[in-house]
Amino acid sequence: MSVPTIHRVIDFINKAAGIVLTTEKAYFIDARLSPVIREENLPSIDELMNRAERGDRRLAQRVIDALTTNETFFFRDKSPFEHFKTIIIPELLARRPAGKTLRIWCAACSSGQEPYSLVMILDEMKAQLGGRNVEIHASDISESILTKAKSGVFNQFEVQRGLPTKMLLQYFTKDGDNWKISQDVVRRVNFFKFNLLDEPRALGTFDVVFCRNVLIYFDRTTRAAIFERLADRLAPDGYLLLGGAESTFGVTDRFTSHPKERMLQVPVPKRAATMPAAAVRPAIA
Amino acid sequence: MKYCLVVDDSSVIRKVARRILEGMQFEIAEAEDGKQALDACSARMPDAILLDWNMPNMDGYEFLTLLRKMSGGDRPKVVFCTTENDVAHIAKAMDSGADEYVMKPFDKDIITSKFGEVGLV
Repeated sequence: MSVPTIHRVIDFINKAAGIVLTTEKAYFIDARLSPVIREENLPSIDELMNRAERGDRRLAQRVIDALTTNETFFFRDKSPFEHFKTIIIPELLARRPAGKTLRIWCAACSSGQEPYSLVMILDEMKAQLGGRNVEIHASDISESILTKAKSGVFNQFEVQRGLPTKMLLQYFTKDGDNWKISQDVVRRVNFFKFNLLDEPRALGTFDVVFCRNVLIYFDRTTRAAIFERLADRLAPDGYLLLGGAESTFGVTDRFTSHPKERMLQVPVPKRAATMPAAAVRPAIA
Repeated sequence: MKYCLVVDDSSVIRKVARRILEGMQFEIAEAEDGKQALDACSARMPDAILLDWNMPNMDGYEFLTLLRKMSGGDRPKVVFCTTENDVAHIAKAMDSGADEYVMKPFDKDIITSKFGEVGLV
């Protein structure tokens, strides 16, 4: 792959999805796009990029799907789910009037393990919830990974990473060599495609946003803009959960740490911005 | 340092498991079947047991049943590690006192995850 081609791909994925790749990632680009050109019967990555850039939305989406990272597992990192169970839900139940629906958004849900983990936690907290309606919305930029998420089918390796065996027995059935999560769990999640570069105003207001292990792929300006938009989508007393390597510190002044738990982010009232935020860019996908 | 007994009739599996668990700071002993494992537990009760199901002389299920009746035999965290990957086997193991269940093939991530589930990591 030539240097101009590498730069072409890097520019495309940055404009389309905000993802920052460097020239050192040439092997990664080649490894991810080579299967696409084979399957599409195209002569080269350059030709793939020609078509994607000229407005072939299907091929553009294939490039995005191929270059996004979908590493995830059930109850990943444990502590965010513990905070959800022991801090967030009890505080929300205490503050929100009975009958008020709680809304949760997994903003980069990948193959669905994160929202499904939340469904299982909420199922265990059924008595505490007392019939309260909880909506779980889950989005990703990759159409292929959303198809997998909606299927609720996971391989043997996936169900052994983070998922306790008791939950495997309780919520899954064997499906050939794979495991299929109960339709009752699948039905609890509203999956939809969403690009974090887009304006999420139409999605409404959320009580909790999980946006974990995705902002590490963006530059600081893009992260600041996304934090700004997520803060606007959160209830004033809502919660933001980030990945272990992600922080709002030094990037935005719209969030601060929860008094009980440093890793948990809560919005601060909007005031005159002291840090510049990037403009919302139109998404190709 | 926590002490883990690896019970498997395959020397290759024992070697792989030993390498992973030593990397997790466990002291390791090995047994080739359930009988050897019971002897090892009588001599020194482990903190954890990684246990195969199908073995000669005494299988993992029979070993687990006898272990839980031994004095102090309720203490070790037992993680099955077997090619048996159907719901019936998994349920039988968990109902009989296993703490976690690994379906082979496994890797470091899976062992770390399962040992973490039972508070060993």
